Amino acid sequence: MAIKQLTVFVPNRKGTIASVTDILAKHQVNIRALSIAETEDFGILRLIVNDETTAEKVLEEQGYLIKVVEVVGVKIGDEPGKLTGALDVLDKADINVEYLYAFMTRTEKHAYVVLRVESNQAAESALTSAGYKLITEADVNKL
Amino acid sequence: MAQNYYQKEIETMSVSEMQKLQSEKLVKQVKHVYENVPYYRNLMDEKGVKPEDIHGIEDLHKLPFLTKADLREAYPYGLLAKPLDECVRIQSTSGTTGRRVVAFYTQKDVDLWEDCCARAIVAAGGTNKDVCQVAYGYGLFTGGAGLNGGSHKVGCLTLPMSSGNTDRQIQFMTDLSATILCCTPSYAAYIGETLKEQGYKPEDIPLKAGIFGAEPWTEEMRKGIEQTLGIKAYDIYGLTETSGPGVAFECSEQTGMHINEDHFLAEIIDPNTGEVLPEGEKGELVFTSLDKEAFPLLRYRTRDICVLSRKKCSCGRTLIKMAKPMGRTDDMLIIRGVNVFPSQIETVLLNEGYQPNYQIVVDRVNNTDTFEVNVEMSAEQFTDKVSDVLAMEKSLASAMKTMLGINPTVHLVAPKTIARSEGKAVRVIDKRKLV
Repeated sequence: MAIKQLTVFVPNRKGTIASVTDILAKHQVNIRALSIAETEDFGILRLIVNDETTAEKVLEEQGYLIKVVEVVGVKIGDEPGKLTGALDVLDKADINVEYLYAFMTRTEKHAYVVLRVESNQAAESALTSAGYKLITEADVNKL
Repeated sequence: MAQNYYQKEIETMSVSEMQKLQSEKLVKQVKHVYENVPYYRNLMDEKGVKPEDIHGIEDLHKLPFLTKADLREAYPYGLLAKPLDECVRIQSTSGTTGRRVVAFYTQKDVDLWEDCCARAIVAAGGTNKDVCQVAYGYGLFTGGAGLNGGSHKVGCLTLPMSSGNTDRQIQFMTDLSATILCCTPSYAAYIGETLKEQGYKPEDIPLKAGIFGAEPWTEEMRKGIEQTLGIKAYDIYGLTETSGPGVAFECSEQTGMHINEDHFLAEIIDPNTGEVLPEGEKGELVFTSLDKEAFPLLRYRTRDICVLSRKKCSCGRTLIKMAKPMGRTDDMLIIRGVNVFPSQIETVLLNEGYQPNYQIVVDRVNNTDTFEVNVEMSAEQFTDKVSDVLAMEKSLASAMKTMLGINPTVHLVAPKTIARSEGKAVRVIDKRKLV
């Protein structure tokens, strides 16, 4: 069920993000969602892309440190309070969220939330039993 | 535990007898060098010393030092003391810090060198019943050749594996029940990890002892290797310039290495003044080859920093002991008044499961030294969580603090991002020198 997130380690320096996105663009990889966590020294780019196999391969060839991790994607309504509702579900199930980021879709009246948790399975089952719809790789590819 | 010696008479000789032997050999050796090595004769003449001035080891301090720079200048034949037709072998250093050093051996030189390695193997419990797996590199590197020869002399069944091809190492080790492993400590640790991954428990591994050297390693690393492989791990010391491994070796007491001082006369000097320091003081180790025929170095400065001790050893050997070298003088940095050797950083990295790909950056800001260490992390170590990466940096910094006494700032970086010149990483950037 989980979706694949491409994680890229970059030094915190001018132009490093552009060099990553440039490589992806040259290989026709489309970025669906992007989030960055940064410290003074380095940044970790988290990307949801349409073709993570190609993205991983071309970035690795260029010497980037890459990790593909499985994350949980969930659909929530595009209305105030909907994210809180989903987070409450996880909180009640005692699931800690390491980080999250959200993005809008063009076609649906929904927001997509990407969640990084310790156990994808536990989060997925908590969310689905509370009536939430999970995003699949197929959903990402349709975007 | 019953003690075995390879050459008991020498290894347990009284100190006064040993010094008498050393004195006799020194007088002869100085004459041999003066007559046959114009390079060293010039150094002696410049200092106004003649072979007749050397009556015994008490006169050793009168002789000029040789340094690695001399060896490079004299490359390749400048320090050769025998005609080439009497030489049977060369060995060489890697040459990574400049021009390589080439050492020459007569048959007798090879023979005595192998005796030294045999003493080390016997001190580690080796006998002719043992199967000795030599996983040091064979070839120009002295590690493989030295231990291979020593193993033959002891009468062990010798597995001349050379380094690398770990799966094959493990196959031979388990199929042929190797009992002694000789290699670098980092390779021993790697073999141990691989065995563990393949499901071997220490009690399933036939090894009983390991003889590890040619690079710095810590007591922690020793404990780790001993546990994973279920063995006793012994240190061995040597350098190509004097012969190779076997200049000094560890015994069952594991509290320093006995120097084969019948062949290699050791001194500790102040690296700045060249003054000889008394036993027990820390300084630069200097060796004089007493028996080498083809490549006899007198007062060769090893740049290794250590301490000598004549404290009585429980193994019964009377040979003087040297502590594990703390590092090389030419690599030493002084940061915030503390001596830091890059080899110490390397040791910490290996202990903590990192590859030794690092760069030390020292600078001075507001009259205080800044000390940063960049370390390459592997794809396996990288995680998508910032908190994990920061925790790894913090834990590495604290391990370095324990080793060095001062706190570095550690930055993890992507693989292959540390600048390399001629394929070898630049280990130290000291910006203080630019001011």
